[in-house]
Amino acid sequence: MISGAEIMVKCLEQENVEILFGYPGAAICPFYDALMDSPIKHILVRQEQNSVHAASGYARSVSKPGVCVATSGPGATNLITGIATAYMDSIPIIAITGQVRSDLIGRDVFQEADITGACEPFVKHSYLVKNTEDLPRVFKEAFYIATTGRPGPVLIDVPVDIQTNKIDKFVYPKKADIPGYKPSVQGHIKQIEKSVALIQSASRPVICAGGGVLTSGSKLKLVEFATKTGIPVVSTMMGIGVMPTENPLYLGMLGSHGKGVANRAIHEADVIMLCGARVGDRAVASPDQLSAHSKIIHIDIDPAEIGKNVEVTVPIVGDMKNVINKINDTIGDYHVPHMWADTTERWKKELFRTAPRFEGCVEPRSFIAKLSEMLPNKSILVADVGQNQIWCANNFRIKEGRFLTTGGMGTMGYSVPAAVGAKFARPDREVVVVCGDGSFQMGMNELGTIAQNHLNVKIIIMRNDRLGMVRELQKNLYHQRYTATFLDEEAPDFMKIAEAYNIDSAYATSNEEAEKYAKQMIESDKSFVLVCRVSPDTPSI
Amino acid sequence: MKHTIYILVENHAGVLSKITGLFSRRAFNIESLAVGVTTDVNVSRITVVADGDEYVAEQIKKQLNKLIPVLEVKILKENSYISRELALIKVKSNTGNRIEIMKIAELMDAKVIDVSVNTITLQIADTVDNLETLTNLLKPYGIKEMVRTGTVAIEKGSNFAK
Repeated sequence: MISGAEIMVKCLEQENVEILFGYPGAAICPFYDALMDSPIKHILVRQEQNSVHAASGYARSVSKPGVCVATSGPGATNLITGIATAYMDSIPIIAITGQVRSDLIGRDVFQEADITGACEPFVKHSYLVKNTEDLPRVFKEAFYIATTGRPGPVLIDVPVDIQTNKIDKFVYPKKADIPGYKPSVQGHIKQIEKSVALIQSASRPVICAGGGVLTSGSKLKLVEFATKTGIPVVSTMMGIGVMPTENPLYLGMLGSHGKGVANRAIHEADVIMLCGARVGDRAVASPDQLSAHSKIIHIDIDPAEIGKNVEVTVPIVGDMKNVINKINDTIGDYHVPHMWADTTERWKKELFRTAPRFEGCVEPRSFIAKLSEMLPNKSILVADVGQNQIWCANNFRIKEGRFLTTGGMGTMGYSVPAAVGAKFARPDREVVVVCGDGSFQMGMNELGTIAQNHLNVKIIIMRNDRLGMVRELQKNLYHQRYTATFLDEEAPDFMKIAEAYNIDSAYATSNEEAEKYAKQMIESDKSFVLVCRVSPDTPSI
Repeated sequence: MKHTIYILVENHAGVLSKITGLFSRRAFNIESLAVGVTTDVNVSRITVVADGDEYVAEQIKKQLNKLIPVLEVKILKENSYISRELALIKVKSNTGNRIEIMKIAELMDAKVIDVSVNTITLQIADTVDNLETLTNLLKPYGIKEMVRTGTVAIEKGSNFAK
């Protein structure tokens, strides 16, 4: 005989899960008990929301699904923001929640919450398991759904009696057979031919690469295609890292907070290739303008994204990897007209400008640019949300590493827990957090997880004692009527907080100091908190 | 513009709420919705009449297709299908006008399914247009209560759902 809880653990083992991020409670105790007999590692986070962010950081760093666990009721509802974040950013997550006894569901008992109902808008799919026998099929399907097609979070809610009930034996299904779920990955060959013809006729083509390029693992193929054809590349925020920043073809991030050159290129293009990008409002504020002056090829695994935000000339539904391979094979010796290549290259040079400095402050944009030179090539930079995110997106010069941030949901407090997940995924790589003092205070409870596990995570806090991005909005759009954006002068003392967790720290008030401490920080094999004093008047762009 | 859409779904608990939830969170307006099992007990068929332009209809279809329990979605083309709706209508009536109302019922192909001293209840299964004609004809007598099933639709000719 085998219990439901033991089956759950065995399912995770069958899926080669090595690590879980979670927080226990009464309704998930049978599972935790069974987990003790498994080699799967469990990392105790300090709040359930962070278990999803950690799983997200993990998933994005190793191209495997991240798994997080919480108990029923408040444990489960705390997951929601994390799940919604993963959904918007298309990250494969398996979220497991305990639930009250199945015969008590609907009676509002202690720690009961309808979590499958509450998460409905933010999950790719969810299960409320009603029979212990269903567990292997549910887990098989959940992993299949989360990791294929457009990835996303899948929630499995397991009542406590389903965990304790025993059945005869455990058989894990070889494959998931879901009649209503057949993602098309190949890309229609006729559409691909049309897109190739369109590119060949283009005089000012631009590639716009989104997060889908990274998710599908087609980054190198895309670079190969761009290099061969000389087509310049802009990226969305989620697409940062598709190409090294220094590549002459890469023009930077587009959008309201992006690089002028990227926006200029996309607005002057005659053919735009949207690759795994959904043309979100922050990337393209008025998509109608794009389709008015240019022809658009849209490649995406999710058919619902095509035509949602922008009118498309050639839609291609498929996995980026397959599609770009086929385009590469058939494009022949097309090369961008030299006029266009020279123009974009010239723009890129023109738009380099130096940022103003404030006395007694670190200039964050030039510091981040400098930091990227100092870090090893494959470092993972995790940016939070706010001005710090924009500073990083536009100034971090990525090489072979990753840039992790939440571009879709923009969830403050993402960076520290996501870095925890990234570090567990890639202990060999330098993992650096850049956050503001607002966002840090939303995720700093995870210093506990970092300290307890002796993780080597570097945290840079851009401190302006303000909620900088909202303040900037109030400055520019609300007649400088600043409200609720002041976080208190120099309080709390982040160095003391770091010290409480036995983590080294430093405080920098100039770029020279910041660079000096950054060097120390990078040389150290322990965690480090570097607080940078920045001016509230430093703009985002 | 109104669109008649049929959706074949796995016959599980909670599927209907996934469908209606999607309509509300994507701000698609539902005019009517009808659900019932098909010849396959594992499959239910939902017929939705929704309001919106071509873009909205296309989005409805694509977003519905993303739901895992959804097996098939089809937006029925105008004039390619037959649709019917059933309504039960309870009308104020007395010995003086009972025959008159029964005449209207006969004219509109409706059935009298219940009679009391001061009411008469009719059943009509017809197109939405004819349902409206009937209710207009009955209004002067005083409609006490009306219940409608929502539209169901089937394609003309040899086309059929998988």
